[in-house]
Amino acid sequence: MVRVQTEDFDPGAELDNLVAARTDVGASVSFVGHMRARNEDRVVETMTLEHYPGMAEKALSEIEAEAHKRWPLQASTIIHRVGPLKPGDRIVLVITASAHRQAAFEAAEFLMDWLKTKAPFWKKESGPEGDSWVSSRSTDEDAAQRWTASGKSD
Amino acid sequence: MKVLYFAWFRDRIGMAEEEIDLTGADKLTVRDFIHDLAGRGDGYATAFEDMNVVHVALDMQEVDHDTIIGGASEIAFYPPFTGG
Repeated sequence: MVRVQTEDFDPGAELDNLVAARTDVGASVSFVGHMRARNEDRVVETMTLEHYPGMAEKALSEIEAEAHKRWPLQASTIIHRVGPLKPGDRIVLVITASAHRQAAFEAAEFLMDWLKTKAPFWKKESGPEGDSWVSSRSTDEDAAQRWTASGKSD
Repeated sequence: MKVLYFAWFRDRIGMAEEEIDLTGADKLTVRDFIHDLAGRGDGYATAFEDMNVVHVALDMQEVDHDTIIGGASEIAFYPPFTGG
């Protein structure tokens, strides 16, 4: 299940929804990304998430489908917020559910790595020094690449 | 064709979208179109000055600069993704 929304989400309620009435799930992993008040040496008061409506949902669904192809997942949830956010606010939620923990852990990490580099979202930071669009980080690109490079994750 | 600009492309060009009549799209590459756009004025020239950070989607599918625009009804320009 994939959602893009401005409103906050409740990670506990989302997890309950995902595994409700299921008896084949032995492990679930939840990841929540939060907004920090500081990025490198800059103070950030507001972070505004922009997306490409339509393509964002499509990209997240494709990434989710790829995870289900690679790992034996029973269910998954991806929620990404858009609009203005304040320090401490939740930005993104990924939940994976599987029979065993290894698939759930790995798939959650994969989903986060891929959604950061393959889904059309952009962050703008606003603070005392003005507004600036966040630059993409090569460490994020490296993290996404490890799932395509030869190795155990591929 | 509907042309969309996201993030700092929108800031630099000064609009989120516009409608542009394309002729010969069956032979026109994304790169050719970027070249045309860059010649439309200062904001456009600044937006397209570094081709390494010009990412493009045709009908919501990311493509490279050598792709022929063809029958696409929507083209979007945006910087590398920074979500998550």
